[in-house]
Amino acid sequence: MYCKDIMYISVSKNYFTHREFSFTLKDDIYLRYQSFSDQQDMEKEIQKRCPYKIDIGAVFTHRPKDHKTVKAAAFQAQEKELVFDIDMTDYDDVRNCCSGADICPKCWPLMIIAVKIIDTALREDFGFEHLLWVYSGRRGIHCWVCDEQARKLSPNARSAVAEYLSVVKGGENQTKKVNLYDHSIHPSIQRAMKVVKTCFQDYAVKKQDFMGDEERLDKVLGLIPDESLRKHLREDYGEADSETSSFKWQALKQRVEDAKTLNKQEWKKSWAAVEEIMLQYTYPRLDVNVSKGVNHLLKSPFCVHPKTGRVCVPMDPDNIENFDPFQVPTLSQLCEELNQMGGTEDEKKRLKDYKKTSLKEPMQVFEDFLQKLEKTWKGKKLEQSDMKREF
Amino acid sequence: MDFNKNNKKERAKSKVNGRRDSDRYQHNLQFYSVPPTDNISLQDFEEYAVERLKVLKAVESVGVKFVKGTKDYYEALEKELKNTAMKFITKSVIKKEKDTTDTEYNDRKKDHISHFILRLAYCRSEELRRWFIAQEMDLFRYRFGLAGNDSNSIKDFLDTNNLNYTPIPDEEKENLRTELADSTYEKTTTFVEVTDYFKVPFTEAVDLVRSRKVYLSKGYAYVPRNELVSIILGVFRSNLSHSLAVTSRALPHLEEDDRLLPMLSSLSKRYLGQDYSNRKPTAGQITADMIDLLSKESFPLCMQQLHQGLRQNHHMKHGGRMQYGLFLKGIGLSLEEAMKFWRQEFTKGQTDPDKFDKQYAYGIRHNYGKEGKRANYTPYSCMKIIMSNAPGQGDTHGCPFRHTDADLLRQRLQAMAISKEETDQIMDSVKGGHYQVACLKYFQFSQKPKIEPTWALNHPNQYFEESRRVRTGGHTSSQPKATPHSASLTQSSTQSSTQQSQGSTQATVQPEDGFDELSLSMEEMVAMDGMQ
Repeated sequence: MYCKDIMYISVSKNYFTHREFSFTLKDDIYLRYQSFSDQQDMEKEIQKRCPYKIDIGAVFTHRPKDHKTVKAAAFQAQEKELVFDIDMTDYDDVRNCCSGADICPKCWPLMIIAVKIIDTALREDFGFEHLLWVYSGRRGIHCWVCDEQARKLSPNARSAVAEYLSVVKGGENQTKKVNLYDHSIHPSIQRAMKVVKTCFQDYAVKKQDFMGDEERLDKVLGLIPDESLRKHLREDYGEADSETSSFKWQALKQRVEDAKTLNKQEWKKSWAAVEEIMLQYTYPRLDVNVSKGVNHLLKSPFCVHPKTGRVCVPMDPDNIENFDPFQVPTLSQLCEELNQMGGTEDEKKRLKDYKKTSLKEPMQVFEDFLQKLEKTWKGKKLEQSDMKREF
Repeated sequence: MDFNKNNKKERAKSKVNGRRDSDRYQHNLQFYSVPPTDNISLQDFEEYAVERLKVLKAVESVGVKFVKGTKDYYEALEKELKNTAMKFITKSVIKKEKDTTDTEYNDRKKDHISHFILRLAYCRSEELRRWFIAQEMDLFRYRFGLAGNDSNSIKDFLDTNNLNYTPIPDEEKENLRTELADSTYEKTTTFVEVTDYFKVPFTEAVDLVRSRKVYLSKGYAYVPRNELVSIILGVFRSNLSHSLAVTSRALPHLEEDDRLLPMLSSLSKRYLGQDYSNRKPTAGQITADMIDLLSKESFPLCMQQLHQGLRQNHHMKHGGRMQYGLFLKGIGLSLEEAMKFWRQEFTKGQTDPDKFDKQYAYGIRHNYGKEGKRANYTPYSCMKIIMSNAPGQGDTHGCPFRHTDADLLRQRLQAMAISKEETDQIMDSVKGGHYQVACLKYFQFSQKPKIEPTWALNHPNQYFEESRRVRTGGHTSSQPKATPHSASLTQSSTQSSTQQSQGSTQATVQPEDGFDELSLSMEEMVAMDGMQ
């Protein structure tokens, strides 16, 4: 039996009744357009149906469960949080340790880098404040931007934000996926580079050993546009296997730096080679399509991932280095923790027992996030009552 | 010219001239924010629509042949527009003259009215709306650009239209000098010092944000004066997009006798060309086993690539499934055969039959209009494939001429028995950004028997059909052979010739004989457009 903490929904949204939810039941039966009149109604329905995944959608013009009684053209999605989905599978071409749905401590740093870069960009560049980062339970992370302005964005604006944050572009037929033009780097990318630089040595050189063998080396050198520079580097390296990634990377950086003063021709084409390589190996890769749609449904926080049993917990972006996906509580773990507490069968008490389990920290992150969000409406309510008084 | 016609003309003229609103049409360029409230004849209604449509088609064709924004592009555009009945667009000057002449007033009125008529015709579907907005935006950008650096006129124009932008104060600019220089395309700090920058919410500069060509801070974009047009275009686009959506919802409720709607719908079909959505399957149903052979003989490169990827990986990501799946529907693959095809391939890989049914079968049925809102999705045109939904990591869709590294593309072409000289020609087009021309050359060099195509390529299904025609000597096609009007590759003439050969509605507009000159009230249009 799967359970989920749904407290936050009634707290965080004013228009709960018009919000779409979707349930994925056993045998992959998918039910859209679920909506509820209040928290109790939702709890009852969840207990009845036992969905093993719950997605959250948009807030519509009418109650989603009544959508068939409304004219198709009149039933429209009005608002939804701006969301981002980062999936480790999209980095398969640049990670050596795992592929597909697997993750390990050697490639997890990519997610840490992603959170740091995207979180800062959303706050500094776009002015968003209410961001909820959630671990998806297996191989990725989600970000929910809950600012009022974000919820009202058009699909066009959403895709523009996602594309602004996209630096690694290109399909199977494009090997070099990062191209910085123009001999100056956008301030947002400069800021991202600072993050990348602090993590790169440990992640790419040590953990990934990204220039460690002939194949990996070819991949990296393939990203350098200038042929003569590539040739010089090969000469520097001699026997590929005998030198470490650390040495080779250092040599590469040195060569590019030297070209600035010694070889104008090489410099012209490769002035950003170091940055481009670092970005292609680490810059966040978002799925633009997830962010674009106003009615796109995304898995709810606190769901349990069916394949790993892990709870989709919120993460604290300010403390993201210390987040360990392999320590995230699983459902069975939580059940055990609750059982060990024994004692009263009182339902009400049970609900608050999460504080005694491994969910304590994530819940704290969540509650902090909610408190900040609540403050914004309290401010608004005061404004409205002021206006009424003036009248 | 008989007497009656003269009379009609005169009456029509006086009607248009009749009432002159001194506040209106002060500038040659307009935002079309308020619908017209005049009366015009049904004949003029149709005529204005067709004239404006020719203008938009000219804009589209120049946009395909030249890289937008270049000198060549502007020269070609000016030339094409001068050939239309609305050539006053090219001598566009935003400057407000003290006294607008009668001719100018009437020209601008025509501009106004024709735009609103086309809104009615092009609001009905997502695809039509997108096309209309794209061309109107390119046209607006061109016309706005004609004002050059005349900042006083521009300010006047913007003020009249309630768009107030004031530059940021110098101290603020000084603090941000390096950041602004680093984010503005090809500009230095000196440029920053001498240029005005405007601070607008990022939602008003969406296009600049999308391409990261602007500095953002706390939700505001800092836009240099030379990019102001981008902001204004953003406003233009969002207003137009919103209005079209409103119009399209209101259209079914319109109390209309059959004067307007039939004419409007034939208008949009006629000039947009085939969208391959309601094609009857080509003679001899396409089955799943035929696809391998057909892909080698008659698929454009993009679809061959997708097919090969599918056979190799036994899988395809969403973007590819859409582009390829809809294409297959367009060539005549039925839903049953499509299911068979995809299922067979996916289950060879890591997908077991159960998983296929749960995760992918729904999507296929959705494409065929059997699920959800049951929309009949149209196969993607070249424009759509090139411009939107770019491939990401792991994707094999997109346009190979656009989305493949040059060396890799060259390699692939030569591996397909395209000679070096032919490959060079193709790569030349690619370098110039003319991807559809490159693809057409590929068609020319790869079809057997080799022919020189006399038509312009803008849809993968068009490529397929033309190829079938070549390969089978035109016999299996149930329609008569294509007889192009002229051998030239200009868009408009070849579009109409392709359509004629496919037996659809005629390409030229003839006013119906013996129709009455009814005074059509624009209130009908106002009622729809004004519904906010």
